[in-house]
Amino acid sequence: MTAVQEVPISAGGNPIGFGSMKRVEDQRFVRGQGNYVDDVNLPGMLHSAILRSPWAHARIKSIDTSAAEALPGVIAVLTGKALEGIPRPSLLGDNFAWMPTLSYDTQAVLATDKVRFQGQEVAFVIAESRYIAKDAVELIDVDYEPLEPVMDAKRAMDPGAPVIRDDKGQTDNSITDVHGHKTWESGNAISTAEAIARAEADPNCVVVTQEVMYPRVHPAPMETCGSVAHMDKVTGQLTLYTTSQAPHAHRTVYAMVAGLPEQKIRVISPDIGGGFGNKVGVYPGYVLSILGTIVTGKPVKWIEDRGENLMSTSFARDYHMTGKIAATKDGKILAVDVDVLADHGAFNGVAQPTNYPAGFFHIFSGSYDYPDAHCKVTPVYTNKAPGGVAYACSFRITEAVYVIERLVDCLAAELGMDPAELRLKNLLKPEQFPYTSPTGWVYDSGQYEKTMRVAMEIAGYDELRREQAEKRARGEYMGIGISFFTEGVGAGPRKDMDILGLGMADGIELRVHPTGKAVLRLSVMSQGQGHETTYAQIVAHELGIPPEDIDVVNGDTDQTPFGLGTYGSRSMPVSGAAAAIVSRKVKERARIVAAAALECSPDDLEWELGRWSVKGDKERGKTIQEIALLSHSSLELPEGVEGHLDATAVYNPPNLTYPYGAYICVVDVDPGTGVVKVRRFIAVDDCGTRVNPMLVDGQVHGGIADGIGMALMELIAFDTDGNNLGGSFMDYLLPTSMECPSFELGETVTPSPHHPIGAKGVGESATVGSPAAVVNAVMDALAPFGVRHADMPLTPSNVWRAIQGNPIRVDMAIE
Amino acid sequence: MQTPAPVDYVRATSVADALSLLQQHGDEARLLAGGHSLLPMMKLRLARPEILVDINDLDELRGIRVDGNEIVIGAMVTHAEILNSPILFEHYPIFREAEKVIADPIVRNKGTMGGSMCQADPAEDLSAVGAALRGTVVIQNAEGRRTVPMREFHEGPYETKVADGEILVEVRYPILPGSGSAYEKVERRSGDWAVCAAGACVTISGGVFSSVGIGIGAVNAEHFTATGAEAFLVGKEPTAENIATAAQMAADSCDPSADQRGPADYKKHLAMELTKRALTRAAAAAVAVHLTKNGA
Repeated sequence: MTAVQEVPISAGGNPIGFGSMKRVEDQRFVRGQGNYVDDVNLPGMLHSAILRSPWAHARIKSIDTSAAEALPGVIAVLTGKALEGIPRPSLLGDNFAWMPTLSYDTQAVLATDKVRFQGQEVAFVIAESRYIAKDAVELIDVDYEPLEPVMDAKRAMDPGAPVIRDDKGQTDNSITDVHGHKTWESGNAISTAEAIARAEADPNCVVVTQEVMYPRVHPAPMETCGSVAHMDKVTGQLTLYTTSQAPHAHRTVYAMVAGLPEQKIRVISPDIGGGFGNKVGVYPGYVLSILGTIVTGKPVKWIEDRGENLMSTSFARDYHMTGKIAATKDGKILAVDVDVLADHGAFNGVAQPTNYPAGFFHIFSGSYDYPDAHCKVTPVYTNKAPGGVAYACSFRITEAVYVIERLVDCLAAELGMDPAELRLKNLLKPEQFPYTSPTGWVYDSGQYEKTMRVAMEIAGYDELRREQAEKRARGEYMGIGISFFTEGVGAGPRKDMDILGLGMADGIELRVHPTGKAVLRLSVMSQGQGHETTYAQIVAHELGIPPEDIDVVNGDTDQTPFGLGTYGSRSMPVSGAAAAIVSRKVKERARIVAAAALECSPDDLEWELGRWSVKGDKERGKTIQEIALLSHSSLELPEGVEGHLDATAVYNPPNLTYPYGAYICVVDVDPGTGVVKVRRFIAVDDCGTRVNPMLVDGQVHGGIADGIGMALMELIAFDTDGNNLGGSFMDYLLPTSMECPSFELGETVTPSPHHPIGAKGVGESATVGSPAAVVNAVMDALAPFGVRHADMPLTPSNVWRAIQGNPIRVDMAIE
Repeated sequence: MQTPAPVDYVRATSVADALSLLQQHGDEARLLAGGHSLLPMMKLRLARPEILVDINDLDELRGIRVDGNEIVIGAMVTHAEILNSPILFEHYPIFREAEKVIADPIVRNKGTMGGSMCQADPAEDLSAVGAALRGTVVIQNAEGRRTVPMREFHEGPYETKVADGEILVEVRYPILPGSGSAYEKVERRSGDWAVCAAGACVTISGGVFSSVGIGIGAVNAEHFTATGAEAFLVGKEPTAENIATAAQMAADSCDPSADQRGPADYKKHLAMELTKRALTRAAAAAVAVHLTKNGA
């Protein structure tokens, strides 16, 4: 299926370069020998537990911790009031009860005045064991005065709605960004409105309006969040073992939040059991474990249980979107306008790297060629958990792709046009790249029609449509759904992007030992992506060192150079480039050493994989391993190399990369029960160069499973009392192999022109692209019932209700 | 890591020993069978018994056997054993159909029939099966054994006729020669509890239903069954129209409540739809059995 270039095979049986190879990290994972944060046990370590609010919105009248403190084995109980008493020598607030979020808002570490969502942190117990800590949590007596919760984003801005953020002196539930804006717009409002008005007035045009909601979901990594903090009283060094996708960024944030000297902080992310964006932000639990070790002088471990993870850590989506798409009656798209009500929860904790506070949502114009696009996002506070960008979404591209791909299908239905034909008519052409979108993105490269046709070929699209027509004639309901997505990933160019003022260039270090073995030190952090394998392959590709001779180190700020971490599919676009560049630096140093050894000019040498040799005299040459030893030897070296081949690099991407893909989903719907069966899923991804095609396939498999989950079952809804209805895996449903067909993958390869090895990244492609394909397929199946749209998740009851013309409102409790 | 509240643990050596331990500790004791409902609830501190009486060593509670004209399933028989039992499959395919959609293989390998029955979740599948087959529950206490018809076993959600100091030891099912049985279930995801489930077991004689058993789960059907619909069908031909009428009667007798699995109108619809499908397949299977016997 995947085209692999011919590469030599190492003695260890691995490709010396790009190609499929098994993940080296799996040796320990499948044997149960991974080392996760909860596996860290330090001498004298204490344990902890957090008391969380049962209420979504309540005033705290008093907290009595005396019974908890009296329980044998309890060391300390911290409350918000206690944290208010700890002065913080930093610019970001004067005490520890509040901390800054990634969007310049504030979030309570422990609640002081009010609780603002169910599951919010209220008190922190430190004890000799986790059992004692949990027992003590039950003994804390909090007197709450319940307040009316705001659970419905649509009501948050009502004049009479209770004000959630009175701590900030707010008089409503609006959110103001760092530029002072309460609505976040992108694109050309005037030209888009005019284009839509013209289309409305033109009998040869149509305008289709559709409300779609992308409900709140959760990344739900297998490993929950946690940390072990240890302050060495002698050296003043704070070591934090933590579930972080971005150890360096976290270290800087702790330095700023805690006012600790940054050189005294060491953040270690050991093996991470899945992130999906859940482990980007800084959570109160991490901060509390740090405060815990400072207070007690002993290491303190904090580990969430499943319910805590689902109820309090970073959710994703929660976007109420209304889209308008204008087109000619023969199917040429003219303009798209999207209006969004964005539910941010009780604290604005969104991680987003651009000046545009809705992240990358404004890439919603999609993969199509039309001049006018505009979006307006209105963010609101509600009494729900904070967060906002998580779950493999590429900073809200998931929402963007979903809305445009649903709108295109609604347009196809309105026009009575085949959705594949409509897309083919509007897809960007190869000669249009680099393409500047109506909202200012510069897509790097693509052969969209080719990719679309490969997907249609694998699917047997025409045959599927014939089958569908036959089945409809006998009362069976199959659906075919298409999604064509374009992502912008690899944040990001320093001129455009930062998080909390930190630019997004990635550092890297490559050391080559005298025996020719190498160590590559990354700033990005694997949560299961397989960095230890793929980055060794990049070095192998550039230097000819077998991948098994290269160790890849990530996750320890004392051992790796600064960089912003792994999320938003940024590792391969940014650090993958850095790995190639640092390898090329080593290669050039090796050339100088080889020239000295071969007594010729560096200009007289040519490179074949793993070896510099004299032009025209291939016999005279030195392998990279020989050169490595020479570089450490007494060989007299010319100017430019003092010794060693080691190099460092920092990669500042000139642009994002733009992976894309064409997905086709085939479903069968049982109208009597509303049950949806995903029969086939075809995914053709173009992520540029594939370093390890097997791992690319694995990423795509996982992402499609995610997408099927979100489309059909995953959901965090709330009842009007503020109760979280997705707080356990009995309630928050994740898909299993039973819900997933055997995926059918294909590829096209359009390298990124500006990336050193042409890679574009693929981590989130399938999660971004697949939900729309599934939903479009179900809506296609239901078309004979006159159904055009129902919101995810398309559970059996929701599908059946859609057939009755009465789909379920998904974000609130089913009544 | 989940952290249950402090609990004591003792391993029973016989049913008599288990009964005496239950008597000794009163309502603070809970039996530990497969543990797949009790232990998660303890980890969430929703259940906090003071002592667990582990009955996993009690081989006298294991085994599936034919006893006269009854099939006997021991309380400690696992879901996996029911799923794979040739005896049950021969007489009552409904067991295999139901077990295939109960939880997942890991749960089925540990979870027990008796544990499921006594947990008495309103969406519990074997309760619906037991109602359709008109089983009899055998309960043992210090005085001896007593029997309770499956259709009187449940007192309400999570409540049964098994009192403190008692153990459900087995369930007995009458063998109905020539019967056909089937189970239908809708779940949001494989392994989830039923949104609604319906089972049917019928015999057909002289071209009409001679006996009809209907079991319905998760939609608040009284005693997991629909007696009006059953009575309607007996003596009637197994036509689509009669089955549809009975299925509607069954649905009308349910009183589901809305939750995240679905709104009440949908659940009521499912009760009709799934009862209809189960009856239709059971009737077809029953006819097939007769044809085979006549041909032999």
